[in-house]
Formats: sequence, C-alpha cells, structure tokens
Amino acid sequence: MVDALSENADNNAADAFLQGGSLKHAPGPYFGGYGGRWMPESLIAALDELEDTFEKAKADPEFLAQLSDLNKNYSGRPSLLTEAKRFSEHAGGARIFLKREDLNHTGSHKINNVLGQALLAKRMGKTRVIAETGAGQHGVASATAAALLGLECVVYMGAEDCRRQALNVARMQLLGATVVPVVNGSQTLKDAINDALRDWVSNVDNTHYLLGTAAGAHPFPAMVRFFHEVIGEEARAQILEQTGKLPDAVCACIGGGSNAIGIFHGFLDDPSVKIYGFEAGGDGVDTGRHAATITLGKPGVLHGARSYLMQDDDGQTIESHSISAGLDYPGVGPEHAYLADIGRVTYEPITDSEAMDAFKLLCRTEGIIPAIESSHALAGAIKVGKRLTEGSADPSETVIVVNLSGRGDKDVETAAEWFDMLDEEGKVKGTNLSTRKPKGPADRAETEAVPATAAPAASAADNNEDQN
Amino acid sequence: MTEQTASKSAAAIDRARDAGRSALVCYLPAGYPDVQATIDAGIAMAKNGADLIEIGIPYSDPVMDGPVIQAATTEAIANGFRVESVFDVVAGITAATDVAVLVMTYWNPVVRMGVDEFSRRLAEAGGAGLITPDLIPDEASEWFAASDKYGLDRVFLVAPSSTPERLAMTVKASRGFVYAVSIMGVTGTRQAVSSSAEKLVADTHAAGAERVCVGLGVSNASHVREIAAYADGVIVGTALVAAIRDGGVPAVADLTRDLSAGLVREEA
Repeated sequence: MVDALSENADNNAADAFLQGGSLKHAPGPYFGGYGGRWMPESLIAALDELEDTFEKAKADPEFLAQLSDLNKNYSGRPSLLTEAKRFSEHAGGARIFLKREDLNHTGSHKINNVLGQALLAKRMGKTRVIAETGAGQHGVASATAAALLGLECVVYMGAEDCRRQALNVARMQLLGATVVPVVNGSQTLKDAINDALRDWVSNVDNTHYLLGTAAGAHPFPAMVRFFHEVIGEEARAQILEQTGKLPDAVCACIGGGSNAIGIFHGFLDDPSVKIYGFEAGGDGVDTGRHAATITLGKPGVLHGARSYLMQDDDGQTIESHSISAGLDYPGVGPEHAYLADIGRVTYEPITDSEAMDAFKLLCRTEGIIPAIESSHALAGAIKVGKRLTEGSADPSETVIVVNLSGRGDKDVETAAEWFDMLDEEGKVKGTNLSTRKPKGPADRAETEAVPATAAPAASAADNNEDQN
Repeated sequence: MTEQTASKSAAAIDRARDAGRSALVCYLPAGYPDVQATIDAGIAMAKNGADLIEIGIPYSDPVMDGPVIQAATTEAIANGFRVESVFDVVAGITAATDVAVLVMTYWNPVVRMGVDEFSRRLAEAGGAGLITPDLIPDEASEWFAASDKYGLDRVFLVAPSSTPERLAMTVKASRGFVYAVSIMGVTGTRQAVSSSAEKLVADTHAAGAERVCVGLGVSNASHVREIAAYADGVIVGTALVAAIRDGGVPAVADLTRDLSAGLVREEA
C-alpha cells in the first residue's frame, strides 16, 4: 500500500503543483509515501497527545502571540537578509543574499523549534524535556529553552562528540542541563537519538522529547517545519522588499533538513523559484564516506519515519561522515524525500573541501564566519550562481537567497585544523594559544553527567557496566 | 484475532493451556555469539521447557532494547551476522524440535529484503511468524498481505499506554498472540514485575484477544510464576541473553529449566 500510495500521491501532488496547487502546508503524517509513524506502540499515545496539543496550539491566538513574542524579544527575529556583494563576485556575478539565522540567540535557526516545542511541553503539563545532539547546537538550544521556561533538561550526546565538543557540554551544563554521554552503538548522533527514544518510552508521563530536526515520527516533521516556517516567510518578504522580485533560486544545507524546510516553505508555491538542498558529500560520494542521504540512500524506516536512508543490503544503518557534525546523520526528513521525488527541490552533494572553501571565502569577503553546515549551502550557491548566469548579459539580474543557518564560532577549531593553522600540539601556529580544551571538562562531563532522574541514571549506569 | 490460517503460535500456546499451564516464550538474538550457537541454544531451550522461541534479528538501531541485548546484537553484527542467516536458525530449530519459532525484528531489515520475499523465506524455513516491536498495525498493510499469503502469525505489541481504541484495533490485527509489554520501558531485567501488566492483560483479553503473552523485565522463575497466574504466556529475553553470554548453551538450558518450573498455575 505504501508504494501505491506513494506513486499516486506523487502524481497527484506534482499535478496539483503544476496546476497552481499548494505544497507549503503538507500536514503529514504522509508526504507521498514517506513519513508515517514507525514507532513502538508504547510511544503512540504520546505522539497522539503531541499531535493534538500542536494542532490546538496552532489555532490558538494566545499560543501564536506567545511564540511570536519570544521570537521577537528573545531570539531577536526577524533575522536580517544581508546582500553578500563581495562574495557574489565568486558566484558568476549573481546577487547573493544571506538569511541571517546566525544572528539569532544561540547562534542558529535551532532556537525557533526549541521555543515552540518547549511551549508545547508546558501546555501538555510535562516538566522535563530530553533532546539529542551531535555537535551540541540543538542541545544548547534545548537547554536554553528549558532554562527560559523552567523545565528540566537532559541531553543525549555521543561520547565521542562530548570529547570533541567539550565547550558545548560546558555550555549546556551552565544552562542547567544534564548531558548524558552515549556509549553504545556507534556513539554518534543516531545513537543519541536511540537513547533519547529509550528514555522517552520510560518517562513519557512527565517528559517531552524535543527532537531537533524535521524528521522522526508524525507529528515531528510537520511540527518542526511549522516552527521554522518563519524563516521562509521573512526571507520572501525581505527579498521582495530589497529587490522588488522573487529570487531565482533558494539554497540551504540538509542534514535532517529543518533549516532547509523552514526557508523552502516560503517559496515552495512559487514555481519560478528554483530550490536547492545541499547534502554533506564528505570525502566525496564515491568514497563511501559521506552523508548524502537523498543522493545515494534508499527508502527505509528509521527513527519513526519512512524516508531515504543510508543503509546496507541488510537494512542496517550505515554510518555517515561529514566535517560538519550538524549534517552528519544517515537519515533525512520525509518531506525532503517527497520533494526530491516529485522534482520540486533539487538535492546535490557538497564535499567537505568545497564547503571549507566557501567557509573561508565568506570569512574573507563578508566578515562573517559561517557554520560549516551553512557553508555547504554557500558552496552550493556558488555553483548555482555560475550555472544560472552562464551566457547571461547581466548576471546581476540573477538573485539567490542562501539560508545562513548558523554562525561558525563553534567550528573555529575544526577550521583551524583544516586550514593547517595549528602545530602538532594543537596550538595556533606562532602563538602559545591552544585550541584543545584541557582534558578536564570532557572527562568531568562523563562522570558528572549521571543525572538525578531515575531512568537516565539507570541507563547511564547500565551503559557503564557494559563498557566495563 | 483473525484465525483463518492455522496459527503455529496459537497451537503451541493451546498445548500448554491444555496441560494446565502458561506457555514459556524464550528469546535469543540470532548470531550471538554465532549462528550455530543460536541453533544449539534454541534446541536446548525447546528441550528444557520452551513452548515458543523468538529469534531476534540483530539491528543497528534497536530502540526498544536495553544494554544487555544491545551489546549482544552489536557484537553479532560486528561478527558478520547477515539477516538471511535468521532463516538458517529458524530451519535448524524447527527441524530438530516441534516448538513454534517466531522471528522478532525491527522493521527496516524486512523492508530492505522486501516484505513478501522475507515472508516467503520465513515460511519456507518453518517459521511461525513475526513479532514487530516498531511496526504498528496502522503502518502494516504490506505485512498484512504477506502474512496472509504465507500463513504467518502477526504479533503486534500493546502497552500500558495503549488506549482502549488502540487495544481493540491491535487485537483485531494480531494473529497467534498479542505481546503485552509489562511496563513503559525497554528490554532488561528488573527486580519486580510491574503491576500494570496484569491490568493490561485483562484489558487485552477484554478487547477480544484469546492469547496474551507478557514480556519485558521477566527474568526468573518467581516472575514467571507471578505472570503465569494471569497471562497465556510468559516471555523471557534479557536473562537468557545474559546466560548465553556468561555460560553458553548449557547455561541457557539450565535457566530455561528453572523458568519453566514457574509455569504451572497453582490455582488452575
């Protein structure tokens, strides 16, 4: 049924779109044949409760006013739309505009979603939120929203990531969150999600799972998109105001796909606007070391949704690889899978090397240090700009909007290493300044992370047993 | 429950019932530590009191499993376990015993092989059906078709959080038995059996289920005795995985014998 459904829905949606229908507000649970709820029965009641609460909140002026107030007076929205004039010279002369999600509180788009979901958690009477995090950005945002709204917060993070991102572990702890290092499976983002789901099933009475991307079981993909739609709505109004017309193209990076679906939303129903999602190509899609899920993955079910998935012939999830922790996920949101299949959005891989070139270029031409995630979108925009302006008498007629989803402060160490700015001891060459954090904080994170609450404590203790 | 196809699981549970006791359902993951060991352990469980055997397919993202089973299945995959080996395990056990052998699997490995192809090969191997921890009836249309085509049991899960509507729907969708998870949580041994299990079994029976088996956190004969008083079957997993880890096939045989001592309904 799923495949038949997919085929029919695809045809219908593609037809509807061509006839001027709308793609913007796809409600889930299915996006064509993708999405759904591939979840244990134990969690279905919680998903139903969440869906019900979300649907009511969406129609409640009081909730919307609360969210809009936080967006404006806490996050700093609307975020700017900045024309990148010197950067544009390297993109065939197309005019490139940056949607400045990097200027939001906590430094990325993540804050939009966590504030919305934390408000919903309060509405459901939940006192505790849990979250997964890769590099720590969503964990920091979750800890921030939890502190603001007086919720207990537990963040699951791969043990290896805890070591690499000790500074973000400390940030979360400063904000009052408990960080639980995940030591089972491959100890990465997908395993952090697995452990968060195990916590949720054990503590669902008082706990909301604050999932960080537009993936997972319904209602998460449609709900996370809803909280990020503000990006696309602002960007559309701003580009119209600044250029008097719609852009020729919109570009975003894709891991799970939340910043992308947020900005795409604003333009999905504008047929003249080409939309591009840039996946992490890692070392190159022919090397096997990448996170180009749509480009090379196959449909499957993981973490609650049917979507494209990096998997082997047995259906075992394959580890993804990317210089950008935020894109290093072997799945992708189901709405993206659908938009790829119907041809509305073009998804292409960008290698680590292409992303880092764009990272450096933006630093040098615009005085903005972008997140490495967002650098994939920048690299993609350069390619798209060259493509769209080829043979054009006036390339400046071509306008491209790029979602600059986050700032790069968190990536300084990775970038310094990539650009060979460090000596063997990890010190910035020619100085005595070490980029490596002392061992202390990460190790302390592991021992202090055992939280006060019962279930995660048990889980962490069990994990330790297994390790020993 | 739909019963148009003769259910191997139902027959096994009914044989135990006729003998005045609950059925013992024993779980081990395939390929831990290797495929032959799983076959040997399965046969040993059958000879020492297991009425049904659940063979788990090791999977990269087992969200319903606690640390002991995770460690075992991670090791099985690291040792080179391939999904199709599960059919060798099922065939090996069914050739040597008359227990009903079910496969417990997260859904993606089945999707990857193809639901029809997987079902055909499972039936060929003599398997009774599938237990599907992350597949709810709402998403199972392909599995309904394939299980009907090949005469396989569909064992869905119910939980203390299931609403009356979902209980009724899940009972109707199931064949063989309904798997009641005793607590809100993941697999693993626990000190005591949750009191929510008895109510869930009663509610599931009331929703029309003829056979309800209880799993999660059942690890010793005393737990088995407690659950056997009200459930049609008792499912043990983590304790058996720990046994094969620590003492190999002989330890599995001993534990199964101990567990089966708890099955007899004293009041029945």
